Amino acid sequence: MKKFWKLAATAAAASLIVAACGGSDSASDTTSAPAAKTDVKVAVVYIGVPTDKGWTYQHEQGILQLEQELGIEVKRVENVKDDATSEATFEQLAADGYQLIFATSFGYGAPMARVAAKHPEACFQWATGAKFLLTKAGGGEYADFPALPTNLGTYFGAAEEARYLSGIAAGKATKNGKIGYVAAFPIPEVLRGINAFTLGVRSVNAEATVQVTWTKTWFDPTIEKQAAESLLDSGVDVLAQHQDTTAAGVAAQAKGAKWVGYNSDVKEAAPDAWLTAPTWNWGPFYIKTAKAVAAGNCPADEAYGNMKDGMVTLASFGKSVDAATQSLIEEKKAAIIDGSFAPFTGAINKQDGKAWLKAGEKAELGALLSMDFFVEGVVGSAKG
Amino acid sequence: MNSNIWILTSANAVTIATTLILAALGALFTERAGVLNLGVEGILLTSAISSFLAADSSGSIWVGLLVGSAVGAVLAGIHAVLTVVLRANQIVSGLALVIFGTGLANFLGKPAEGKTVTTIIQPLTFGPLTRIPVLGPILFEHDIITYGTIAFAIGSAWYLFRTRPGLELRATGDDPATVDAQGLSVARIRIRYTLLGGALIGLGGSWLMLAQSAAWHQAATTNGIGWIALALVVFAGWHPVRLIFGAVLFGFCLRLPFTLQAEQITFIPSAFMQMLPYAATLVALIALSRPGSKNLRGAPKSLGNPFVRDER
Repeated sequence: MKKFWKLAATAAAASLIVAACGGSDSASDTTSAPAAKTDVKVAVVYIGVPTDKGWTYQHEQGILQLEQELGIEVKRVENVKDDATSEATFEQLAADGYQLIFATSFGYGAPMARVAAKHPEACFQWATGAKFLLTKAGGGEYADFPALPTNLGTYFGAAEEARYLSGIAAGKATKNGKIGYVAAFPIPEVLRGINAFTLGVRSVNAEATVQVTWTKTWFDPTIEKQAAESLLDSGVDVLAQHQDTTAAGVAAQAKGAKWVGYNSDVKEAAPDAWLTAPTWNWGPFYIKTAKAVAAGNCPADEAYGNMKDGMVTLASFGKSVDAATQSLIEEKKAAIIDGSFAPFTGAINKQDGKAWLKAGEKAELGALLSMDFFVEGVVGSAKG
Repeated sequence: MNSNIWILTSANAVTIATTLILAALGALFTERAGVLNLGVEGILLTSAISSFLAADSSGSIWVGLLVGSAVGAVLAGIHAVLTVVLRANQIVSGLALVIFGTGLANFLGKPAEGKTVTTIIQPLTFGPLTRIPVLGPILFEHDIITYGTIAFAIGSAWYLFRTRPGLELRATGDDPATVDAQGLSVARIRIRYTLLGGALIGLGGSWLMLAQSAAWHQAATTNGIGWIALALVVFAGWHPVRLIFGAVLFGFCLRLPFTLQAEQITFIPSAFMQMLPYAATLVALIALSRPGSKNLRGAPKSLGNPFVRDER
């Protein structure tokens, strides 16, 4: 009899596990996608959830535009870690016959490239990617393949343009010249953002500093809030951030500080703190790419949008940004769009005071995409 | 050096410690009765999301805390039925509870994604006491749950070591056969304290969610605090008052990496500091799961053993 109860209890414990796994599976897969007007099967792999009010939310807006425009239903796979385990997700999508697969995080690169080589019939698009980093010369994990697959493209944009503009708002808002930056990972994209922001800050506030704290997260409000609070505790009165959540804004608002967001126009998360934010509009790229794939082409280039083509935008201003600052930012924005100004234009010194760009010299895109240092005015380590 | 940030870091250590104390107290009561409940992390997560949903729909933070505690007790009830009534292996059942709780929380959490916590528990005001240098912010700027938790932990020590029911509880964990011979029901005592423990863990999870987090974000909401709580009980030698100091120390360690970065102190890598509480937890959990765990200082002597009367 005792044995029976032991068995029954073990079975009950096992069924708990099964129930839990079943629960989370059905929670992460939202739709299956029958094609309707335009005959193309599209899937998107998200690092977070479409409701994050940040990075993934902004991609979701683009995917919604795509669904509307082409009359299709896109399959979303949410909360996929951007490490080697993501390969199974890409493999499954390709095996299920998806012809176009978007993936929205840097870490998906190598797993995606491996699946792309095995599935030449599908088209893979890697957001924030840099194919160079997959090669042996780039120190990547992709060295075991003879060549990069031709059905892998990357897409991203010059967020540094909007970062610079948001830096102007921060430089005008700080009272003590101490600004904090809740940074994600020490990779070129993030370093570029911090540097452009700092140049924007110092264009209006030459003595101000930008103090960087690394969270090593993309989506973890608790850690990001703690990092933001520590920066505020150390005396900064404006915060900028890179992660996909509004945690830094919530922390800033609670301490009466100001906040430059990122990804989305989410001033309602912390209305008193809100200054502005660099944001994205992915819709046009998604539509263009899906139409190309429907016509039988897979764009394998490295798309890099900007403020001119509208992939990068600046969110609306908060109430504490005065009219003079707003018009200064609009002026710079117009100059960026007409090409007469670029944020990374010399003279710019590196963090240690050594010269990087000579007066009037513009940084090349390659140098920006592999950036691994801080400019003068940033406090902290670029190594993370 | 900016001394202000260290004071604020210490004040925050006390805040972070609140969840740790509640969860560890819950584990302590359960273990003192001889039941090992490794499911703390799962209970924390499920009660956290339950409290969020309850607070969000009712508009009252207190309803949230109440619902979260009740959910904690219900989950612990599953563990009690499996291990006390059906005498299943406590380690297996506890681990199953972690997996079940995590999955259930992720499932329940779907509607909460993207919402932020809007209700905040206001800190109590102590007037001039708050302005005492150094000690003011550390001791007098917390909310009622934090003070209540510390008072409850101190009261628990008195209850355990100075009252008759406390004696019965300790005896149940050390020598259930004797308790049984006294005519007391071992099963009833074990179930009662497992439920109480679950409710305390549930309150901890709810408070973490409603007072400390900015938003629900799946398993990362608790960040392994449930495991740290289990380790804390071992380090505290199953004593509620030592547990308070341990929790504040762990809270300080959890906050330290960001303070060091904000202060540009780089000679200790922040990743190393970030790892420390978890490394300490690993050591404690290994010690706890070993067959010889009864020899740990203060450990209930029949921790983890089902009580079977006719096998005596």
